[in-house]
Amino acid sequence: MSHTWTLTKIRIRLAMRNRMFLFFSLIFPLGFLLFFAMVYGKGRSDTVAYVLGAVLTMTVMGSFWGLSVQLVIFREQGILRRFRLAPIGAGPILASSILSNYFLMIPTVAIEALICRWVFHMQTFGNIPVIFLLITVGSAAFSSFGLIVASVTNTMQETQIINQIIWMAFLFLSGATFPLSSFPLWIQRVALFIPATYLATGLEDATRNLSSYADVFEAIIALTVGLTVAFEISRQVFRWEPEAKVPRSAKLWVLAALVPFLVFGTYESVFGKRLNHIQQNLDMLGNRPAQSEKAPPQ
Amino acid sequence: MGEPVIQVENLYKSYGAVEALRGVSFSVEEGEVFGLLGPNGAGKTTTVEILEGMRTPDSGVARVCGLDPQKSGEKFKERIGAVLQSTALPEKLRVKEALDLFAHFYSNRANTEDLLKRFQLVEKRNAFYSELSGGQKQRLALAMALVNNPQMVFLDEPTAGLDPQVRREIYAIIEELKVGKKTVLLTTHYIEEAERLCDRVAIIDHGKLIKIGTPRELKQASAGTTRIEVRLSRAPADGVLAGMDGVADTRTFEGTHVLYSRRPPQTIVALVKHLEADNNELQSLEMFSPSLEDVFIELTGRRLRE
Repeated sequence: MSHTWTLTKIRIRLAMRNRMFLFFSLIFPLGFLLFFAMVYGKGRSDTVAYVLGAVLTMTVMGSFWGLSVQLVIFREQGILRRFRLAPIGAGPILASSILSNYFLMIPTVAIEALICRWVFHMQTFGNIPVIFLLITVGSAAFSSFGLIVASVTNTMQETQIINQIIWMAFLFLSGATFPLSSFPLWIQRVALFIPATYLATGLEDATRNLSSYADVFEAIIALTVGLTVAFEISRQVFRWEPEAKVPRSAKLWVLAALVPFLVFGTYESVFGKRLNHIQQNLDMLGNRPAQSEKAPPQ
Repeated sequence: MGEPVIQVENLYKSYGAVEALRGVSFSVEEGEVFGLLGPNGAGKTTTVEILEGMRTPDSGVARVCGLDPQKSGEKFKERIGAVLQSTALPEKLRVKEALDLFAHFYSNRANTEDLLKRFQLVEKRNAFYSELSGGQKQRLALAMALVNNPQMVFLDEPTAGLDPQVRREIYAIIEELKVGKKTVLLTTHYIEEAERLCDRVAIIDHGKLIKIGTPRELKQASAGTTRIEVRLSRAPADGVLAGMDGVADTRTFEGTHVLYSRRPPQTIVALVKHLEADNNELQSLEMFSPSLEDVFIELTGRRLRE
């Protein structure tokens, strides 16, 4: 545990010294927030809450992209092989990636919330403990997914391609960028098998104060199971050396990472009410009067 | 004499169709600086990486400090230090941070302030890794190899690609380790490095260990010949140089004719006479006492840096 914490502190320092990191982890999400709030939320405080849920989802999902790229760079540059000589296993290295990413993400989340309050006059931040829980579990889960990609790809180019494909699915099929209800039903059903959907719907509810712990229980469980399985898989398929081949068994392990979401997706398809709930949320948003509009004179 | 610090028996390792090691065996005693000398691709790094626990041999036995490097995990890593041939640190990691970070991983930690002083890195303590010169990076790598006061130190081509001045600095550091009675396994393709630093040297080529002994023993085994290197304006007829007085053997490398002579004065006189008679011209002539390079050429028919 002490190795993990020491590595986490160093990783945070390294990230703070990296301008690219600051751009992609701070400026980029804030740009998204302002764009979404102005275009989709039309600057109205009630709709901005809806937008905040989506932007928080994208901020959390960003863990997936950043960590996989960073781990591949470390492996390609021979940095990991230096660590391999020390009495430290893959576990602390992976755990420190997840933890440092989490601690570095928190200020971004706080700034996003503060912008919503100060610039768009958002009245309430929703259910803050639930938001915090979802962000924590979600960040760890998406980081772990990224670490798996890093371990089963051989080059940075390969990593980027696979990241793009998965990222697009996360981004467009989760409801984070376009309301899920605007898609045909079959796409909505596919979305139920995507981890990002659980994060997006959970955060959407929580930021609009529409949920309790019980309401997001399923999303939390889905992400926690996903995180646990993904972390263990990333530990199993971890590679220190750039020239080390990806073993065939590793590819099977990766498929195992999808199992929790296949189970939750199937359950949701048969018994769940998530799609109806998403539709209701959107309908409610459309029917709500804008808070920024002045009340008619009595 | 106790158990050797390194015991290697009949080590085999292939990468696909390439046989990197073909039955390598040797042992290294405590406090010894042992050199693996050979050209690129000879199998030096594969041997070292097996001994560091970073690669698994196809067959054979490798034991370091009485432990199996592949199976002993952290217990083994606590006892070794290493400078890898190709490695790096994060660009924005500071020198002192790197030492403290790696020291933290071990239960037996050296004082990192002392290491900074010993490796002349005090002024660079706050410099980023990316700001260091090649020599400074290598000094840092050496310091990092000693953060756990290791029993055994592996140095895989620690001076490769460095300029002569920096190379001499690294030699001084390794000589310090030697004085401190550290057991060191050094791989190199620099003859002077092996001659200057190693108590014993193993010559390795094409995955096979060809000869092993002290530098003096190896040189004595090279038939006591002096190497005469000549460049001529025209290539001589086949067999002419080999037939000259005192010449035991000849080779030609990129236009340079190498004559191994047991009686150098007579050989030179014979050479000059022949050139006059043949209307050929001597462009350069150099003489060398027997060196490990000669031993290597004699054993393999190749130069070390071919």
